[in-house]
Amino acid sequence: MAVAAQQSRTDDEVHAVVGQRNEFAAFTKQEEVDSYHDMLMIRRFEEKAGQMYGMGLIGGFCHLYIGQEAVVVGMKMATTPQDKVITGYRDHGHMLACGMDPKGVMAELTGRRGGYSKGKGGSMHMFSKEKNFFGGHGIVGAQVALGTGLAFASQYAEDGSVSVAYFGDGAANQGQVYESFNMAELWKLPVIYVIENNRYAMGTSVTRSSAQTDFSRRGISFNIPGEQVDGMDVRAVRDAGQRAAEHCRSGKGPFILEMQTYRYRGHSMSDPAKYRTREEVQKMRDQQDAIEQVRTRLIKEHGLTEEDLKAVDAKIRAIVTEAADFAQSDPEPDPSELWTDITL
Amino acid sequence: MSRRTMIEAIRDAMAVAMERDDNVVVFGEDVGYFGGVFRCTQGLQQRFGANRCFDAPISELGIVGAAVGMAAYGLRPCVEVQFADYVYPAYDQIVSEAARLRYRSNGDFTAPLVIRMPAGGGIFGGQTHSQSPEALFTHVAGLKTVVPSNPHDAKGLLIAAIEDDDPVIFLEPKRIYNGPFDGHHDRPVTPWSRHPLGEVPDGHYTVPLGRAALRREGAAVTVLAYGTMVHVAEAAAADCGVDAEILDLRTLVPLDLDAIEASVRKTGRCIVLHEATLTSGFGAELAALVQGACFYHLEAPVLRVTGWDTPYPHAQEWDYFPGPVRVARALLQIVEA
Repeated sequence: MAVAAQQSRTDDEVHAVVGQRNEFAAFTKQEEVDSYHDMLMIRRFEEKAGQMYGMGLIGGFCHLYIGQEAVVVGMKMATTPQDKVITGYRDHGHMLACGMDPKGVMAELTGRRGGYSKGKGGSMHMFSKEKNFFGGHGIVGAQVALGTGLAFASQYAEDGSVSVAYFGDGAANQGQVYESFNMAELWKLPVIYVIENNRYAMGTSVTRSSAQTDFSRRGISFNIPGEQVDGMDVRAVRDAGQRAAEHCRSGKGPFILEMQTYRYRGHSMSDPAKYRTREEVQKMRDQQDAIEQVRTRLIKEHGLTEEDLKAVDAKIRAIVTEAADFAQSDPEPDPSELWTDITL
Repeated sequence: MSRRTMIEAIRDAMAVAMERDDNVVVFGEDVGYFGGVFRCTQGLQQRFGANRCFDAPISELGIVGAAVGMAAYGLRPCVEVQFADYVYPAYDQIVSEAARLRYRSNGDFTAPLVIRMPAGGGIFGGQTHSQSPEALFTHVAGLKTVVPSNPHDAKGLLIAAIEDDDPVIFLEPKRIYNGPFDGHHDRPVTPWSRHPLGEVPDGHYTVPLGRAALRREGAAVTVLAYGTMVHVAEAAAADCGVDAEILDLRTLVPLDLDAIEASVRKTGRCIVLHEATLTSGFGAELAALVQGACFYHLEAPVLRVTGWDTPYPHAQEWDYFPGPVRVARALLQIVEA
């Protein structure tokens, strides 16, 4: 708050937290099963969205989350339904992780009236008051300031909730991110800044765009502690998320989590993919895939069979297919909707 | 009722709104402890506490962005941007987030925030402390834009703006903060205490957004004005003896087109005034609306008297300012046309 006693952490305290941790609690069998389900749901949904885009059923912009699933699923496991979530344009995974209905998300992609924004928002602009999901924002970095304001409102209401503001390594170079950092630490706001470092801002690698590529250190000059997290391991994400949430809830102010992750698909659906090699992508898929990691543990450590996992997949595919069908059969918005929800 | 300056009226509006609704918070650069560069928020922090009226860093984009987030979660932030000239860094958040949140969230979320900013020239601020950027906001769907011309309206309009569920840009013509400046810069300043509209009701009242006010009834020509230019129009009509009907628009979006239409149909002539530059100014919109609605009633082309298409000069402030001499000349010209 504006009048909070300015108890700054010393440089040593901030630096001590900044950095990568390799220890984290193991998941129970149920947690492994749940995270597998939630991550696979996002992947299958996104595969279907990509397919439908290719068939011309989705127009405009479409940024797929494939590869980064562990980030939102782990963070969701670390937080509560009362906590507020806001993100940028690569938002489908965040919405599904928040428990939003795949039908409503897919119908928004196809621009139908059953979409979360009645088809008027599109891929990058969806919201759910019920699920505390505050969008879906197409302007790179703009959501960071909004997430900071959400945290202010939480603190003002004393409702104990935390705001989780996601942005990418690209958005991390926007000026308003640092204006937000300053205000958040100054007022000790309960906001977790989750930087999803997928290594490429569209087609520009972090090394070609960023002077400081350790994003967990981006808050040091504001005394905001940060951690680098293996964003391909859902257990590491949850663990770091819990620590960050605890830090926020105890009134210590904001926390930065740099999630080291990777997107397998292009930035958008029109990506020439000239900025990285096929081998690089394949290596990530083969060696670090978030879903495969859980799948292996489920079989090797928890005694699940291929058949068990196929059943999970089949159930998810049915839900995604239903969403895709709905998104094609639902009517387009009535022309009168052009004029609703706007001052005239 | 009490006599108030525009500054006092604006401060009173915020106090009344904060008194009635705990969700109203007031912040901005120098707003809390210092009380605002023009003292509009003086005493609010002492009265309501530093959690409801507070200072923000010099980060216009961050301030407005945070305010949109606060508003999405139920607060009603009333933000001060120290000068309208400082609002440009925040334009991204105003246009892409505040103005559009309701539309693209299917009404799930609204952005009930007010962004107050002193605008206009007349205090030798030069090109970065004198601008009137209203057209940048009226051009954006989803924003309401308000420009009061006197203490009575300023208070009622600001309370209405704070209570409104959509984002409102509230431009305060700084030259008339302390008195009704009519453009005769070489004459002594009149204080609001000697102007009837310096009479401000105590407590809560609103001036509804979207209603113009008739400042002078007349038969020869309709003058559309807002902010400082309302007073310039009154002086010009008195100086040249033209029987002008002067409409104070008060809010540009939503616009009281009915009042405009009724007046122009009666007089058959129309002059549009603003201090902002001419090209693509709000006057262009008004001229287009008037010709569309009143074409067959017009006896002469619509005239615009505005600032020149230049930056606001420091030394030649009164050459830039569309003062009563230029307005009177236009009045005489249009009635003879």
